[in-house]
Amino acid sequence: MVEAGALHKFILYVENQPGVLNRVASLFRRRGYNIESLTVGHTERPGVSRMTIVARIRPGAAPRVEANLYKLVNVLSVEDVTLVSTTARSLALIKVEAHEENRHRLTEIVRVFRARVVDLAPQSLTIEITGTEEKVWALVEVLRPFGILEMVETGQVVMARGLRRPARPQAGGAGQWLVETGAADSA
Amino acid sequence: MAIKKGAAIVWEALERLGVQHVFGYPGGAILPTYDALTRSRIRHILARHEQGATHMADGYARAGGGVGVALATSGPGATNMVTGIATAMMDSSPIVCITGQVGSHLLGSDAFQETDITGITLPITKHNYLVTRAEEIAPSLREAFQIAASGRPGPVLVDITKDAQNQQCRFDWEAAAPRPRRPEAALVPDGADLEQAAEMIERAQRPLVLAGHGILLAGAEKELLALAETADLPVALTLLGLGGFPGSHPLCLGMMGMHGEAWVNLAIQESDLLIALGMRFDDRVTGKPETFAPKAKKIHVEIDPAEIHKNVAVDLPLLGDVREVLRRLLPAVKPARRREWKGWIERSKREAAVHDIQNLPDNGHLFAAHVIHDLWRQTTAETVVVTDVGQHQMWEAQYYRHEKPRSLVTSGGLGTMGFALPAAIGAKLARPEAEVWVVAGDGGFQMTMAELATVVQEKLDIKIAIVNNGYLGMVRQWQEFFYEGRYSSTPLTGPDFVKLAEAFGIPGLRVSRREEVAPALRKARERPGALVVDFQVEQEDSVFPMVPAGADLQAMIRRPSVLVERATDG
Repeated sequence: MVEAGALHKFILYVENQPGVLNRVASLFRRRGYNIESLTVGHTERPGVSRMTIVARIRPGAAPRVEANLYKLVNVLSVEDVTLVSTTARSLALIKVEAHEENRHRLTEIVRVFRARVVDLAPQSLTIEITGTEEKVWALVEVLRPFGILEMVETGQVVMARGLRRPARPQAGGAGQWLVETGAADSA
Repeated sequence: MAIKKGAAIVWEALERLGVQHVFGYPGGAILPTYDALTRSRIRHILARHEQGATHMADGYARAGGGVGVALATSGPGATNMVTGIATAMMDSSPIVCITGQVGSHLLGSDAFQETDITGITLPITKHNYLVTRAEEIAPSLREAFQIAASGRPGPVLVDITKDAQNQQCRFDWEAAAPRPRRPEAALVPDGADLEQAAEMIERAQRPLVLAGHGILLAGAEKELLALAETADLPVALTLLGLGGFPGSHPLCLGMMGMHGEAWVNLAIQESDLLIALGMRFDDRVTGKPETFAPKAKKIHVEIDPAEIHKNVAVDLPLLGDVREVLRRLLPAVKPARRREWKGWIERSKREAAVHDIQNLPDNGHLFAAHVIHDLWRQTTAETVVVTDVGQHQMWEAQYYRHEKPRSLVTSGGLGTMGFALPAAIGAKLARPEAEVWVVAGDGGFQMTMAELATVVQEKLDIKIAIVNNGYLGMVRQWQEFFYEGRYSSTPLTGPDFVKLAEAFGIPGLRVSRREEVAPALRKARERPGALVVDFQVEQEDSVFPMVPAGADLQAMIRRPSVLVERATDG
């Protein structure tokens, strides 16, 4: 389904359990939102994984996506950081055709983009680039005329700038929330 | 610390969770648990189909206010539960479904009667568990009950492998306590929002309360009554909200929506403030969302943040348990009298009366409305009516006045035909002292009528009224209105329901004339034990008014009335 709307970035802390990725992905599928990218990895806390999800969301619907995600029992916290000042990075490996004549031009491009050559072979060259999506795709466009043999991109990982952190589980191990008294309990 | 078998832990955990009844059907992968049942004091009700077992658990939860429990085997047993689980999900009904699963070493191998039921039910449960070790049984069940009953309630499924049921492990109830809760998003609105709500109510000239299922789930009937009486607010109800406000109260307007009362829908369109309490602006309530209540500001009191602005954009959302929110709101609400607005509604009500089948000249035919009306006249506020899905369901909602919460059990969101009979079995076991009536159409009844055997085996006193018009009536009505009367696959024959009842060992009565209705109902009520009454009603009657799907709420199709024709002729 093609959705009109803006790209939103969500940061989720989830319990690292079988099926959690499926639950999260299924929710986007069921509500008709297309995931542009989804990354998941471990955090400094055992048993807790962190996801960065970028998805196109209809105007006004992002708070409901957030609320629906939080209804999943294994989701410990969720925050829409679209409007928050963040550092966003993705990593790509790009393998291009390379031979004696153009190798120099390629390494010059790599230098300008502050990328790295991670594999050099007689017929090819593999470039690693880390940066914003825009930077990664700018490099891809520049490399395209050389003949891209294959490429892989991680999707975005996002972190808020400065001391501000997204809503996250309290300390105390996987899924150990401090029980809030008062308001939360009376409901 | 006691060493116990997983299967025994299932029952011990259920007993400790206060369970008294379990509805189920045995099979291979759940055999160890059924074996351990012989040493439990929990009463097991053998359904005739696992769908029936889930509806029973659902009816039990809705009528009794607790958590219903259903039990089934793997594979087909589990997949047969799917409709019942989806029904409970759509109507926020707290049930826990326990299924057996093939041994953990066979998972993923397409073993006999293996099915990925946690995968299948993922989008139709609040949460589900695949339990592969005996140690996980008690914690999973404890958490399942907590999740099912908390916040916005709903179904939870616990799938337990056969080897987990057979394993021995240490049973430690305290250690199996549910994990600490995650903090919920602000579940009580702040004072400023409550002040604003009170001000909006005070300023409104034509305010209306729209009360839904949330009133019953939160137990907020007293608070709703206090709010309505203090600020003199007319109250309209959703289908699942019926009983949340006394039907005989002068401020009670009746049901809203597609088959809501004309004066209710007109009042919504005229209103300048809607106070929506525990309802979710379903498309059957709003008609076309763009033209819904165009003049009204909207306050939305709702426990589920994912419902805010979903179908209808609101001006003031108040997140929280509706009882808690109303308790905090009430002190700020100023007394008011709204003679003009109530007069407007009253006039609209009088204008609608000429379309009411009850006021039309008797043409000798038996209409379903007469059956429902007489049933309402004879029974008390303590009666539980369990309806199926279709025309009879809407007529019941229109002509039976529910005074008390949990006096109507019906499938709203999913609209599950075949729901009534099994749900009534659950309702009767939850409320044994209550008179329980099934009102079902001949189509829906035929879907799950095998559960009559369950009624007999469990010796349940359930009265069953079949509103029999020989059609899948609601679909026929749509075909009449929107498909030029082409009755594609809607005429249906049924068995002789009296003989059918007798075959199950239940007496049956047949009624086909209006004057026979009241005596038959009296007879049914006086006779202890289950009884079936086959009401052979007008075949091609339709439910009025009707807002066509996606149309403006005021664009209702009204019942043709000779009274209107006479008035215009004169």
